[in-house]
Amino acid sequence: MAPVEIDVERPKGDDDPGRRHPNTCPSCRSHYRDDELRHALRVCAQCGHHFPVGALERIDQLVDPGTFAEIGAELRAADPLAFVDLKPYTDRLLDAELATGLGDALVAGTGLVVGRPAAIAVMDFAFMGGSMGSVMGERFCLAADAALDRGIPLVSVTASGGARMQENILALMQMAKTVGAVDQLREAGVPYISVLAHPTTGGVIASFASLGDVVIAEPNALLSFAGPRVVEQTTGEKTAPDFGRAESNLRLGQLDAVVPRRELRAELARLLLLFSPAEDEPTGEQGPVPLPDDATISGERPVDRVLGRLGLGRRRG
Amino acid sequence: MVRVTDEVRRLRKRFEARAEESHVWEAVQLARHADRPYTLDYAERLFSDAFELRGDRAFSDDEALITLLARYHGQTVVAIGHQKGRDLAERTRRMFGMPHPEGYRKAIRAVELADRFGYPILTFVDTPGAYPGVNAEERGQAGMIARSILAFCQVSVPVVCSVIGEGGSGGALAIAVGDRVLMQENAIYSVISPEGCAAILWKDSGQARKAAYAFRPTAGACLDLGVVDAIVEEPKGGAHEDVDQAARLLDQSIRQALAEAEAIPAAQRRVARREKFRRMGVWGVADEDGADTL
Repeated sequence: MAPVEIDVERPKGDDDPGRRHPNTCPSCRSHYRDDELRHALRVCAQCGHHFPVGALERIDQLVDPGTFAEIGAELRAADPLAFVDLKPYTDRLLDAELATGLGDALVAGTGLVVGRPAAIAVMDFAFMGGSMGSVMGERFCLAADAALDRGIPLVSVTASGGARMQENILALMQMAKTVGAVDQLREAGVPYISVLAHPTTGGVIASFASLGDVVIAEPNALLSFAGPRVVEQTTGEKTAPDFGRAESNLRLGQLDAVVPRRELRAELARLLLLFSPAEDEPTGEQGPVPLPDDATISGERPVDRVLGRLGLGRRRG
Repeated sequence: MVRVTDEVRRLRKRFEARAEESHVWEAVQLARHADRPYTLDYAERLFSDAFELRGDRAFSDDEALITLLARYHGQTVVAIGHQKGRDLAERTRRMFGMPHPEGYRKAIRAVELADRFGYPILTFVDTPGAYPGVNAEERGQAGMIARSILAFCQVSVPVVCSVIGEGGSGGALAIAVGDRVLMQENAIYSVISPEGCAAILWKDSGQARKAAYAFRPTAGACLDLGVVDAIVEEPKGGAHEDVDQAARLLDQSIRQALAEAEAIPAAQRRVARREKFRRMGVWGVADEDGADTL
């Protein structure tokens, strides 16, 4: 059968991201109703493009219903520098809070992921570009504290342009503060799983987000210290289309896995199980079976039994 | 009468703002001055002997960041610092003091060596930032900065950091996590360069002066915000006016800070250092109606 050729004229300005509807897929232009997209975990049904997910929706996607308990919800950014650029920082904070319904760009808490307890820290790019200021640093540390206190793993999902310039040096110090929290987890032997969503760049990927015991990313997420534009403008180098993307990071050894959003919850549950303490085998045997006293008398060493089970033992008789 | 007084007050406020703005920009310019002493200029004057530890044992030797096994007032220390160049050839070789991941890997190597032998660590921070190139990214710039910060968190030896020029973003912080952090009076320390901040927030990198004033990268602001522990005086006109004197003043401050860091019991240093940085940050609390109270 001959391929059908359809010529579709596209209106001008359609490629301008500023003019594209947030529910229109930037890669294949499929358009979705919001409830449709939410139901599909904000993954394009046509091409698999991963749309951004807000923090609360991400928690709904990953955490068992009714089990999430928020920590540090009352914390709000202060304005230590009385910072004003084209707009005062306090106005930007107010706009962000009204637009997202969040107190800052990170939501921390505890909950169950497919029945397994975890401390959770989830970021929201819609709140000032997911930028890290004092509140994010403190909330991340509170999530780490909860993980430490209860001896449960910490899971973070990041989406951030980097440190929050309006808090300047204090924002930079949140990198040291959050890495200190990871150091505490490492010292106590508490697992930390870091999930990198699009985009995770700047001060966030250069601090806690890179230090997961396991680091996984969503498909095509931009994960780099400097973004492609900064690289091109500063060094004059050309960047490849896959520069800093999750798949190239995996190839270059910076990640453990690229996991599609539809599989993320199951994959996290699997990791939480792998990091959980040893438990009984489903056969019901209790703990390690003691060696029988006559093991040596019968001439059979414990290793022979194992080899025998594997069909590798010495032939007898 | 009243109107005149108001007018005077308004003008005075404007003059004060101007004066501060010009002081901030002066610090930015002095911190970047072509003759400003760099890590090796201080190393020559502070250490009776120094052996350069080169290479990251994995990829190469990054000359934008130097590590030294050095003798300081009769004891062995490990010194780690960014190093800019004096002439074009050296600047190119040292990438203007902007390390690649291998530079930070070398720093981690030096930090671990210091911890193994119980040698104090002295760092000298002076970089526009970590190098933002394709190769640096491909070799894991972000992850290596994170690991360097972690390495500084983990050691139990005393760590004293000095910001001696440009404390540029994560590339600076990667070697600036210490028990005591010092800052020279004309050094700057910020999350992004004033030009970068202006380009993003003002959409015009020409507004760097305005951006610098808004985000205050000065030693005074860093001290007020609890980010640095002390300001190190410089000779009149800036450190480059009298390098020997600048080195003497820095030496005094480092000695004192090192004594303070050494006074913390070794078993508690890691926790104390973590807590020092944990305290950094300013926030408010929303009450039940959602209204913020600071």
